[in-house]
Amino acid sequence: MTAPARPDARPGDREPDPDRGAYLRPRDLGAALDCLARGPRLILAGGTDVYPGTGRQAPAGPILDLTAVDGLAGIGPVAGGLRVGALTRWADIAAADLPPALAALRQAAAEVGGRQIQNAGTLGGNLCNASPAADGVPPLLTVDAEIDLASARGLRRVPLADFLTGPRLTLRRDDEVMTGIFIPVAALSGRSRFVKLGARRYLVISIAMVAVRLVVEGGRIATAALAVGACSATTRRLPAVEAALFGAAPDRAAGLIHDAEVAAALSPLDDIRASAGYRAAAAAELLRRAVAALASDGAAAR
Amino acid sequence: MNRPDPGLGLTLNGAPATLRGDPARRLSQALREDLGLTGTKIGCDAGDCGACTVLVDGRAVCACLTPVAQVAGRAVETVEGAGNAAVTRLRAAFLRHGAAQCGICTPGMLMAAAALLAEVPRPSRDQAEAALGGVLCRCTGYARIIAAVCDAWRDAPAAASPASGQAIGARMARLDGAAKVDGRAVFGADLWQPGGLLLKAVRSPHHRARFGLGDIAGWAAARAPAVAAVFTAADIPGRNIFGTIAPFADQPVLAEGQVRFRGEAVALVAFEDDGAEPDLADFPVTWAAGEPLLDPVLAEAAGAAQLHPHRPANLLTAGRVVRGDVGAALAGAAFAVAGRVETAFVEHAYIEPEAGAAWLEGDVLVIRACTQAPVMDRDETAAILGLPVARLRIIPSAVGGGFGSKLDLSLQPLLGLAVLKTGRPARMVYSRAESMASTTKRHPARIVARAGCDAAGRMVGFDFDGLFDTGAYASWGPTVANRVPVHATGPYRTPHVRARARAVHTNGPVSGAFRGFGVPQAAIMQEMLYDRLARAAGIDRLEFRILNALSDGDATATGQVLRSTGIRACLEALRAPWSRALAAAAAHNAQGGITRRGVGVASCWYGCGNTSLPNPSTIRIALNRTGRVVLYQGATEIGQGSDTVITQIAADALGLPVDAFDLIGPDTALTPDAGKTSASRQTFVTGRAAETAARALRAMILSHANLGDGAVLTSEAGAIRVAEPGAGGQRRIELSRLPADADGHVLVAEESYDPPTSALDADGQGVPYAVYGYGAQLAELEVDRALGTVRLLRITAAHDLGRVINPMLAEGQIEGGIAQGIGLALMEDYVPGRTENLHDYLIPTTGDVPPIDSILIEVPDPEGPGGGARGLGEHVLIPTAPAILNAIGDATGVVIDRVPVLPHRLRAAILAAEAAEAGGGGGGR
Repeated sequence: MTAPARPDARPGDREPDPDRGAYLRPRDLGAALDCLARGPRLILAGGTDVYPGTGRQAPAGPILDLTAVDGLAGIGPVAGGLRVGALTRWADIAAADLPPALAALRQAAAEVGGRQIQNAGTLGGNLCNASPAADGVPPLLTVDAEIDLASARGLRRVPLADFLTGPRLTLRRDDEVMTGIFIPVAALSGRSRFVKLGARRYLVISIAMVAVRLVVEGGRIATAALAVGACSATTRRLPAVEAALFGAAPDRAAGLIHDAEVAAALSPLDDIRASAGYRAAAAAELLRRAVAALASDGAAAR
Repeated sequence: MNRPDPGLGLTLNGAPATLRGDPARRLSQALREDLGLTGTKIGCDAGDCGACTVLVDGRAVCACLTPVAQVAGRAVETVEGAGNAAVTRLRAAFLRHGAAQCGICTPGMLMAAAALLAEVPRPSRDQAEAALGGVLCRCTGYARIIAAVCDAWRDAPAAASPASGQAIGARMARLDGAAKVDGRAVFGADLWQPGGLLLKAVRSPHHRARFGLGDIAGWAAARAPAVAAVFTAADIPGRNIFGTIAPFADQPVLAEGQVRFRGEAVALVAFEDDGAEPDLADFPVTWAAGEPLLDPVLAEAAGAAQLHPHRPANLLTAGRVVRGDVGAALAGAAFAVAGRVETAFVEHAYIEPEAGAAWLEGDVLVIRACTQAPVMDRDETAAILGLPVARLRIIPSAVGGGFGSKLDLSLQPLLGLAVLKTGRPARMVYSRAESMASTTKRHPARIVARAGCDAAGRMVGFDFDGLFDTGAYASWGPTVANRVPVHATGPYRTPHVRARARAVHTNGPVSGAFRGFGVPQAAIMQEMLYDRLARAAGIDRLEFRILNALSDGDATATGQVLRSTGIRACLEALRAPWSRALAAAAAHNAQGGITRRGVGVASCWYGCGNTSLPNPSTIRIALNRTGRVVLYQGATEIGQGSDTVITQIAADALGLPVDAFDLIGPDTALTPDAGKTSASRQTFVTGRAAETAARALRAMILSHANLGDGAVLTSEAGAIRVAEPGAGGQRRIELSRLPADADGHVLVAEESYDPPTSALDADGQGVPYAVYGYGAQLAELEVDRALGTVRLLRITAAHDLGRVINPMLAEGQIEGGIAQGIGLALMEDYVPGRTENLHDYLIPTTGDVPPIDSILIEVPDPEGPGGGARGLGEHVLIPTAPAILNAIGDATGVVIDRVPVLPHRLRAAILAAEAAEAGGGGGGR
């Protein structure tokens, strides 16, 4: 269903009909995948990264707008876990009734840009944009999230930790659409917290951010999942620190998080927002605070 | 093969609408360009400022990030809509609270708030802050906006316009407020003539480079008809040099052969303004980048490359004030301290990037653009274009924030050049990046200073040396170099002074005017030294300042003997809040924990008007045959409130209510010169001219009625009634029967006022200003010692306004200045090439400005209008940063030597202080 080129078309002109031509906005996933099978396109969701990235009135080149595709937005149970549709907007995540293990994701959703960004930006867009400071990543890493990718060739599921390969780099192939984020049921236990640090209150671009999920059984930490964003090329889990927390009493866990071990897991940058050394130390402090807050919340809950 | 474009259907402000064209286009552009709904403002095109906030199905989104395809079939509401009850309530509340100042963020604020009120009709302050956290405001400090949103549920009546004789002191709504809350105010980008040209500048990506232009004619021809014309320096008919201070003017409109800063324009391309995307790709320019000089210390070192051949050591100019023998005084001081501090480039970050349009009316070139200085624009642009000034008319648009940067020319000569050369109308709108890269900044300063007092705490000497990075071109560098030494002591009695400042060129952005002309940077150093000196002398920090505050009869560092000196009253007004704040901080700190509270105080003084130079204002006021008063008001309203304040002053001087007035201008073809909106001069200087002119008109009316000065005037349709109180005489002047001029004016008065000053001698001795304003602020905050973050708790601001003309507008100025001071202290750091957007360049959001208590002090100045008014606009920013820095010092014990105090810098300072303490360094503080 390629639209015929207009004979008088100038470079950059697009067909005005949103369902055809250089700007495609299909309602059906199959149509979207067919279109990508014919050639790469800029994939557009909430637009909150695409538009700032162009100095033009409209992004250059052919566009596939996913916002009308049925079934890509929404949160719900699926076999073996929970699925967050890739086109789910931040505001809907912040307002969703989610298990305590995903409290960190909700907290992150409420701190992405301002309300305007939260009303437009999508979780899938955030992950595909693959900024080292993407707010969605630390919470999702602590729940072992996996990414569903679809193409005309089929479906595949990859761990989020593998999906993000570097700053602005992912495993998504040109003909693939991220359809959803899968969270295995095993990772939906426990409680979580997200903490973001910047130099101002709103519209914060992180200096550092952390997500922590703790599962406490019999008064001991049975699972600790810690992730730090904006302090490495991609957000990282901290297995060594997590291991140190295993079996600890929650109210003593924060004291087991040491700057040096956190720093060893990260490779922060020196830039205009903060020095590398500060970033690593701040990440450790944020982790301690997140863990301590979860411990005291847990104590209060008991 | 062309198919008709069926367009996208949507519901727009309750009515069906259709958008055509590229479905990927930004909704903001489509609303403004296709539908003429220019109430939706574009501040950044990147979702960083929220000015373009609209509602889509009731949800607030940035129209600049929304492709038009995504609103197909949906309900879009903009500020122009009349059907949204929440917006209607918010408009009234914004007017009531003075929540709109320049008005450029107002549409975005209103729409974001409307989305909140739909969910929460009576929001808390926290809810309002969160809902508006995505909309930046640079004028108001957010306090009035938040208050208005929280209060919008109330059915409060609009404040009545003050009665005759009661305008001064009235908390009246601003005269330009209604247009701003309705989205009708017409800013620089909001008016253009269709079928004209759209201008884009080709700018340097290098800090320093030589460049060559290639086959421009061939490039343009290959892109015809999209490209209509290209202009370079060779096309400029007059003098390709501008600069606000004529003897120092050095900046080319279009560079010739070399560029001296990143963002400098080398060519101007005129595209057909037909909706097509202008494309400067492949423009034939080749760059040979050179090693840039970006450090002012290196720039003045021997052997440094020279930016301008006639300025050895890259020295633009230096200023000095010397009084007494500072060396001896400090040597003999009981207590002496020394310090240094470094500040950053600060971007004005008004939410309206430079924008305007131009066209020909007969042989007169009309340029309508945002500006703070229409007459200066006219005179400079005329010289550039080789036009007599009579053939150039400047009409300031509504101005979406200026703060000093819109004093300089930006796009005016570019617009004029294109229109003159082609005969066609043209418009130009800077992108956010272009605005940030190419316009002026606050001067980065490197200051060293020493201060000393006697055993009783009385200041004996102050020695100040400031190096100011003035960037590539002169702009207002000379003013900074001259103003800083005059103000360096702060408003304190200082018998022995040596204050020196020099402005040095680098390949950084042009440093110019920014609210305070270098005085805020100087005050940071002086006030931090005062804290250390007070501690050394064992005197309470506030009492130390009160002890040394300038009083009537004291001489300043320039030898000027002061009268009506308000600083002591400001400081004394802080005594009660100071005691309370110290006690609260001590109570918090006694609990231990990772956070520490601190309290800081700092003062300001600031001379109103030009430094030792003439700066007259002229106001014309007329009585129409209809009975209306026409105020020809040439002072540019940039959000600070001059339209309203000057009218209030004129109304009481004339003896008619503000309601009887119509304002005309500013417009260089219609209004006399009321000078530039800078140097906190409009309320004082233009206000005084307005007062004098209004009194003159009153005298004419009374003379006509043959009644005495006690008579009361009443405006009626076509008549003025003049009545003496009691059993005195009464006359009715039938204006329609009197001869009128072509404008319908029956009586016209025009008066000027120029503040009396004298030149400064080689030691800076003289009377630089006729009037000073004073203030002091108290900051309370909490430092997170582990993260180095600062949370502001409250700021209490006492300012001497001489006479308060409009308390609501004054408080709005204070709150807005404080917000900018917060940015200066804690987050703003412009790095050319790195922070040319509002994403990386951080300015305070709703959540960064704490509650502010304003205390308005009135120590009337005999020179001021309305019973003694002083200027306020710049004063309010000066004490904020040093008060914050002193509070951080109080909380942590660290000595700040660099601003902004970003978290990593404060954390490093805390660690260093802890290490010094652990090392047994002692020494105290």
